[in-house]
Amino acid sequence: MGLVNGDMFFSSELANPAKDYIDQITSSRTKPFPRLQLHEPFFQGSTGKNSRGVLRIVILCLIAGAAIASRLFSVIRFESIIHEFDPWFNFRATKYLVSNGFYDFWDWFDDRTWHPLGRVTGGTLYPGLMVTSGVIYHALRALTIPVDIRNICVLLAPGFSGLTAFATYLFTNEMSTSPSAGLLAAIFMGIAPGYISRSVAGSYDNEAIAIFLLVFTFYLWIKAVKLGSAFWGALCALFYGYMVSAWGGYVFITNLIPLHVFVLVCMGRFSPRVYVSYCTWYALGTLASMQIPFVGFLPIRSSEHMSALGVFGLLQLVGFVEFVRSGVPSKQFATLLRGFVLVVFAISFGGLVLLTVSGVIAPWTGRFYSLWDTGYAKIHIPIIASVSEHQPTAWPAYFFDLNLLIWLFPAGVYLCFLKLADEQVFVVVYAILASYFSGVMVRLMLTLTPIVCVAAALALSNILDTYLTFKSPEEPTAITVPEGSSNGATKKAAKQEELRSMRQPLIGIYSGFSKISVVTAMTTYLLIFVLHCTWVTSNAYSSPSVVLASRMPDGSQHIIDDYREAYQWLRQNTKEDAKIMSWWDYGYQIGGMADRPTLVDNNTWNNTHIATVGKAMSSREEVSYPIMRQHEVDYVLVVFGGLLGYSGDDINKFLWMVRIAEGIWPDEVKERDFFTERGEYRVDGGATQTMKDSLMYKMSYYNYNSLFPPGQAQDRVRGVKMPEVGPVLNTVEEAFTSENWIIRIYKVKDLDNVGRDHASAASFERGNKKKKTTKKRGPKVLRVE
Amino acid sequence: MAPKKNAAAAASIASPTPQTTNSTTTIPSSSTPIKIPSKPSSQNQSPQQVAFGIWQNYLDKTPQRTKLIDVFMSFLVVVGVLQFVYCILAGNYPFNAFLSGFSATVGQFVLTASLRIQTNAENKAEFSSVSPERAFADYVFGSLILHFFCVNFIN
Repeated sequence: MGLVNGDMFFSSELANPAKDYIDQITSSRTKPFPRLQLHEPFFQGSTGKNSRGVLRIVILCLIAGAAIASRLFSVIRFESIIHEFDPWFNFRATKYLVSNGFYDFWDWFDDRTWHPLGRVTGGTLYPGLMVTSGVIYHALRALTIPVDIRNICVLLAPGFSGLTAFATYLFTNEMSTSPSAGLLAAIFMGIAPGYISRSVAGSYDNEAIAIFLLVFTFYLWIKAVKLGSAFWGALCALFYGYMVSAWGGYVFITNLIPLHVFVLVCMGRFSPRVYVSYCTWYALGTLASMQIPFVGFLPIRSSEHMSALGVFGLLQLVGFVEFVRSGVPSKQFATLLRGFVLVVFAISFGGLVLLTVSGVIAPWTGRFYSLWDTGYAKIHIPIIASVSEHQPTAWPAYFFDLNLLIWLFPAGVYLCFLKLADEQVFVVVYAILASYFSGVMVRLMLTLTPIVCVAAALALSNILDTYLTFKSPEEPTAITVPEGSSNGATKKAAKQEELRSMRQPLIGIYSGFSKISVVTAMTTYLLIFVLHCTWVTSNAYSSPSVVLASRMPDGSQHIIDDYREAYQWLRQNTKEDAKIMSWWDYGYQIGGMADRPTLVDNNTWNNTHIATVGKAMSSREEVSYPIMRQHEVDYVLVVFGGLLGYSGDDINKFLWMVRIAEGIWPDEVKERDFFTERGEYRVDGGATQTMKDSLMYKMSYYNYNSLFPPGQAQDRVRGVKMPEVGPVLNTVEEAFTSENWIIRIYKVKDLDNVGRDHASAASFERGNKKKKTTKKRGPKVLRVE
Repeated sequence: MAPKKNAAAAASIASPTPQTTNSTTTIPSSSTPIKIPSKPSSQNQSPQQVAFGIWQNYLDKTPQRTKLIDVFMSFLVVVGVLQFVYCILAGNYPFNAFLSGFSATVGQFVLTASLRIQTNAENKAEFSSVSPERAFADYVFGSLILHFFCVNFIN
């Protein structure tokens, strides 16, 4: 009995597309935009279906190929190395995972970072990226293709970008019935510079796999909502768990999906499908996210996750009330129940606010709070504001990163409004939220890119479906004319009928010229888009920051490799546990390339420790020397771009060090002291005494005069002439300076043998002792011991 | 298989109950399920009567399997409440243990509710692609994942 039922069920399912198809054919006259006709002249019947499938696969493979190929500029031009700063830590952690195994990696206490403190790495990182490349590494070895782990790390992002394109294809296909929308979205996602900027070969960062997981999780979510299936909801939860293990941006998902559901409930579109999919996702996804040690109890205890919990509660309530209401058809009772839902919702919302205020639930962290209150970070947490990618986005950045997509994007969102099913609501919500966030922070352009690609593909496919239909329905007037000619009396009436306004309206664009012109214009835009993307990728986003490339006058490439030169020097000429003090930007690179312990690094979890380094850098030598001794610093590394005009050097970052140090020791370090009377930040002869005395200034410009003829020392970044006499260093000595003076390494001197302070010892060494020895005795000090 | 069976079971259950209520129980209780649809206003009914009507309605219309699911769900509620009360009384020291136990009941409750919704014959239109067998397989899949995570989290 059941089998029969199932058969009937499935056969009706099978019959539906055919019926739709017939409907389409019969109603194509009246329907303005027949969709399925697009392929009809070329592909018909089952062979048409097959060849379309083959075409689809070929196109998707080509898209994946394009996505991968356009990310390889830097590997081909330079070499296969890790770029930037953060990826060096990921790379180091991956190497540790591959050589020590998973369990050691899971409780890895790293004693070579944050020197006196160390870092519980297993509990303070998102392990998804490392585990993924570790799995790929072992899988390839099992297939007897031994690939170096570095190459896997370098090429992971391009590989996953192909998968992202595929996930976007699936996601867009859920949004639209058009055959071209998914493919368009896939190619947009494959080559849009907004995503390429974070996923070129060598950028082994969390975003490399996170965007794929983001889009794929959303695809699974849409699938779950549409079908109301617990299976898809559970899959969505699993991929959400994977996403949590990969990137801190998972908070975006935990807030977007509840927001989608909340909007659906507010629109009165609560359905059992929404209940099933959301509750499955939340129950499993929250448990999955809590398995990551770095996340831990956060989904219960922090404000960022409360929206998901609140919507979960709301859905239980609404579900229960709907259930009761179906049993009680009384109208008054229904309104009573609705009021009950509102009251309970208000009460629990108030309870949530109360819990947050009383501190049971942690309030928003500064990083997220600064998204709402955009001035917050600059005032309270300079370390967040100091990162360049946490700045607001400028308008040209949108066009630079997304070219034609950015003006198709609103059109696509508008189209979603026209056909507002559950999944279109998701697109609208996502678009609004991501647009706001990308406007606040440059870095969040990355989460905007997928939805821009999807919405633009929806808009463009709508245009193409409209204008690429070659068939047009016959003019309906052809039928009426012969009738009118038969009788003279009716001829007049027929003539009147032939007035354009009286005819049966023929809606749509059917003239060949308009179709061809629009399609040509769109094709041109698409081609220009490809050119733009390639140009942007090649010129803006494919430079490894480890290697600086410059052009010689004859056009040949000159590579400035000072970073690796200096790190290699550290690796080979210092003892294994020599502690390196530098500003936190270079912490990961020193750990990764020089393999030496550092004091601070790019994981800025301890603000005070960073402020300590900032204080040591920005104080007088007599103040910084004890700090360096206390932290067992052996070498100090500074980046100086004055000779080469490399603007990202430590003198330009110096004010941030001062600000961060001032946040902790406002009495000892004052930003005001580093500016001249007129409020200028100068490094030349007019610099303030505090500036000239600071360790950073001295280390940067030490011996810099000797490079130039007397009196002609020039700082090419600041564009100023340096004073005649360079600074004098007493407590540290120059150990290494790279070829182009970009990296300068100083060794911290030991204590003086006879107990003098370093200034007098150095002055004695230089022979500055006064010729005339005065017999005058100094002020007496009582010997204590 | 199940929808017809469910329907049959529902019919078989639904048919005897009016007879029994009519014959054995008092008049107001038997008439409440009929009265509510006929009279839109419930002013002349006490809340007790309304609640009793709902209950009677539930007993009459729900298939046997769904009732079984409901019993399991109420069991889960009881277990969850017990855990929560114990947590309040004894403190939440191994917080992960409390969380995994509690969220196991919550998650299982939610999954079971999903199963109940999906197999409900009234919701057939909503879940066109989910047959009751499929719903049950999904339920097993979800529960397995849930228990894996809970066991992993309880340490």
